[in-house]
Amino acid sequence: MTFVAKPRTHHPKLPRNDLGLTRRDYEGAVSTLCAGCGHDSVSAAIIQACHELSIPAHRVAKLSGIGCSSKTPTYFLGKSHGFNSVHGRMPSVATGANMANRELYYIGISGDGDTASIGLGQFAHIVRRRINMTYVVDNNGTYGLTKGQFSATNDKGSTSKKGAPNLYEPIDLAMMAIQIGATFVARSFSGDKAQLVPLLKAALKHEGFAFLDVISPCVAFNNHNGSTKSYEYVRSHTETMAVADLIPIRDEIRVDYAPGTVEDVAMPDGSTLRLHKLHRDYDPRDRVGAMDTLMRRAEVGEIATGLLYLDDDPSDCHEILNTVNAPLATLGEAELCPGSERLEAINAAFR
Amino acid sequence: MTVSIQAVNDFVIKFANVNGSGSASANGMFAKALFRMGIPCAPRNIFPSNIQGLPTWFEVRISEAGHLGRREGVDLMVAMNAETYAQDVAEVRPGGFLLFDSTKPFPKAMRRDDITFIGVPIAELILGEFPDPKQRQLFKNIVYVGALAELLEIEWNVLTGMIEEQFKGKEKLIGPNVRALEIGRDYARDYLQTPLPIRVARCDGVGDSILIDGNTAAALGFLWGGATVAAWYPITPSTSLAEAFEQHANRLRRDEEGKGNRFAVLQAEDELSAIGMVIGAGWNGARAFTATSGPGLSLMQEFLGLAYFAEIPAVLVDVQRAGPSTGMPTRTQQSDLLLGAYASHGDTKHVMLLPSTPKECFDFAVEALDLAERLQTPILIMTDLDLGMNDHISPPFQWDDARCYDRGKVLDADGLDAVEKWGRYLDVDGDGIGWRTLPGTHPEKGSFFTRGTSRDEYAKYTESGEVYQRNMERLQKKWATAATLVPKAEIREGSKPKACGIIYYGTSEPPMAEALQALKRQGIELDAMRIRAFPFGSEVYEFIDRHEAVFVVEQNRDAQLRSLLIIEGDIDPACLVPVLHYDGMPLPAQVVERHVAEYFAAHRKPRLSEVTP
Repeated sequence: MTFVAKPRTHHPKLPRNDLGLTRRDYEGAVSTLCAGCGHDSVSAAIIQACHELSIPAHRVAKLSGIGCSSKTPTYFLGKSHGFNSVHGRMPSVATGANMANRELYYIGISGDGDTASIGLGQFAHIVRRRINMTYVVDNNGTYGLTKGQFSATNDKGSTSKKGAPNLYEPIDLAMMAIQIGATFVARSFSGDKAQLVPLLKAALKHEGFAFLDVISPCVAFNNHNGSTKSYEYVRSHTETMAVADLIPIRDEIRVDYAPGTVEDVAMPDGSTLRLHKLHRDYDPRDRVGAMDTLMRRAEVGEIATGLLYLDDDPSDCHEILNTVNAPLATLGEAELCPGSERLEAINAAFR
Repeated sequence: MTVSIQAVNDFVIKFANVNGSGSASANGMFAKALFRMGIPCAPRNIFPSNIQGLPTWFEVRISEAGHLGRREGVDLMVAMNAETYAQDVAEVRPGGFLLFDSTKPFPKAMRRDDITFIGVPIAELILGEFPDPKQRQLFKNIVYVGALAELLEIEWNVLTGMIEEQFKGKEKLIGPNVRALEIGRDYARDYLQTPLPIRVARCDGVGDSILIDGNTAAALGFLWGGATVAAWYPITPSTSLAEAFEQHANRLRRDEEGKGNRFAVLQAEDELSAIGMVIGAGWNGARAFTATSGPGLSLMQEFLGLAYFAEIPAVLVDVQRAGPSTGMPTRTQQSDLLLGAYASHGDTKHVMLLPSTPKECFDFAVEALDLAERLQTPILIMTDLDLGMNDHISPPFQWDDARCYDRGKVLDADGLDAVEKWGRYLDVDGDGIGWRTLPGTHPEKGSFFTRGTSRDEYAKYTESGEVYQRNMERLQKKWATAATLVPKAEIREGSKPKACGIIYYGTSEPPMAEALQALKRQGIELDAMRIRAFPFGSEVYEFIDRHEAVFVVEQNRDAQLRSLLIIEGDIDPACLVPVLHYDGMPLPAQVVERHVAEYFAAHRKPRLSEVTP
């Protein structure tokens, strides 16, 4: 495989966003993943979300680990800096990057092997630290790049392509994220763009740790009968608990939903996050209730999707550490060096 | 009866205590009192990997001549741990002294008649004075310091002055502490022969030096050098470095209103994460460091290879301890040199700085931050437990307010507009170092994808073997550039050429002058070179070339620096004679002296009587 650039010409009537940019301006290199791979749909959804939010691409940093999913940052936002790090360790690199510059958007792309196996420790701790970023797991239940081994999110009893059942309990990353402190947790499906794009937009605007577990079928190794991560299985076993829409500042807010099913949350930038509760008894702001629902659904083989949990007054790691507003990377000698006089005082204290 | 040792400002005192009993601060006070009397001294804490209840020792070498390496044999043992009496008695040199708590009699079977036993009934003396048992335990230590003040003639107001300083703000503790000192002093004055034949006397041996540990020194260097992100995982003996950074940053790195922090300290979940954070921060333009020890460096291998290949600034301090595996976590060694030099899989090489003093820990921390950004690669500062955790007499720190940080080759938005054609890994300056860009700089130009997989000069992914090899060769060119930028070796050669030389580094510095003097007395004269960095500069190879044989002194089993000299310099191994010490204790001058003298004895030309049948 070598780098493949996309042709730059595009239809003159493509819609332009507030920055005067079209969707094409948010694209990356041509994907080298298998035709029909769910991950490409996730990349397309990220492109659409960033375009619709008019995020300047150069203000985004894309980070990933290793695996099929982690290759995808090359395929979106070509004008952003990207960092394809080491297997399972994207969270630490993202943490350091975020500490250096709090003003950028951070998108982390990982897979179920990258996050739930080799990187489970780093995942847990980035959640605890509440790094302000959007963390996406392209979850296909299998190791694609090494040709079809089970991953740790694969459901017990779900079978391999050759028919062998998975013998181990699955890890539910969304559940973990809720339990250890993520302030925005959603689950979606790469095949449901209508749900995924608004969730991504809400996640990008969330000023805290936003986690999206996106079930993204592997057409090569995990899309057969017997797999619980196939297109067919996921389509027939999901139920959306709640969804979120991001309503820009200028748009008029019209309430045309049944009372009690819609709630508006004011966002720090002046926009509004509109919560649609699609399930009568589900409250996405009830942390314990969310975990209860996820477990009960999983017990009967159903997948609860949508916005699963939201803390609408989130804090992030910079707040926790009380860092200055200016990005640490931009500070120079004047702000950082205590100078010779203070060093003389240090010397005196050690005599 | 053996004659008692007589000495002024030239002896070794060792304290045997139980750890967790508060002895370390009392012993530290003892050492600092000597320092404040102008007497060169080197305190060394020899502690167990334990929090409470195990034996622990504290050794102070006192030498007006300034020989501050560890010396074998103890002149005065302060034996406060009955469990280690047998071992402690055995260590005392003939003619030496042993001070013990005579509340309980000293077992006859363990006594020696060639040393002087000095009993002070410490437990009994304080029983009536301090009702609180916890206080009694702490003050026991102060009582023996008081007794030593009388026995060794330590200036009284120096000790009381230190207590006043230490408890500034907690004034009600001053009285009881001074009282504990007095109890010891008064007993010694009233019941013991004072002063001892070994004693101290004020002198002018420390000048404007400071007494500080290397970990604190490095932490201060990072603070002055502009590090903003520190990520670390607790591990002995490096923990106090990160903690010192945070402590001083909390005081010195707040914004004007004293609200926001101009730094972020992250205690990571493990060392993999710690180095990952440093690399993420370095990639994004912040000066970042981590501090660890051998096991942590082992865990960081994969990430260090990424940073080498992806060319990301990172600074790491390895406070070395005895390995392998868990080894002896509280003992010192220089045994991570090879691990650091070639950390990670594939062809990798890393810049290492090798400080010898706290001053150099400070200076090299600043230097490492500059070098990391200049060379766009990890810089490893290799210290060890002895330098990191023990107080050392060091020249004071200095800062030139005109000094600017070297942020290396970073293109800003104007720079990107000005260059015709930019490629992240293009070697436009011929030094093997490309121009990097930081995320968020320019809406149209300068973005690129950082990866551990092969890429071309424009950061585009490729599996072309030719392009891969070209990149690896450019990294080699950068390595040659590094050799010209790192601190030069320090060479001590007399005017007349000598046949043999000696190479050493790090904490082998303090005993070296003493060893060389002792060898000279035996008629063996050596030129000396202290290596301060890897890659080696040309001066290192030239020094070796000027001598028939060169001793390489190291605190490890496998002669790791010697290996690096052979590998990197293509030096004939026969020319490099290893002098090795690796029992986990700091290197004594006597070990160097013995090894070198044995070599000369073995290599002298045979006498006629020896070859004639």
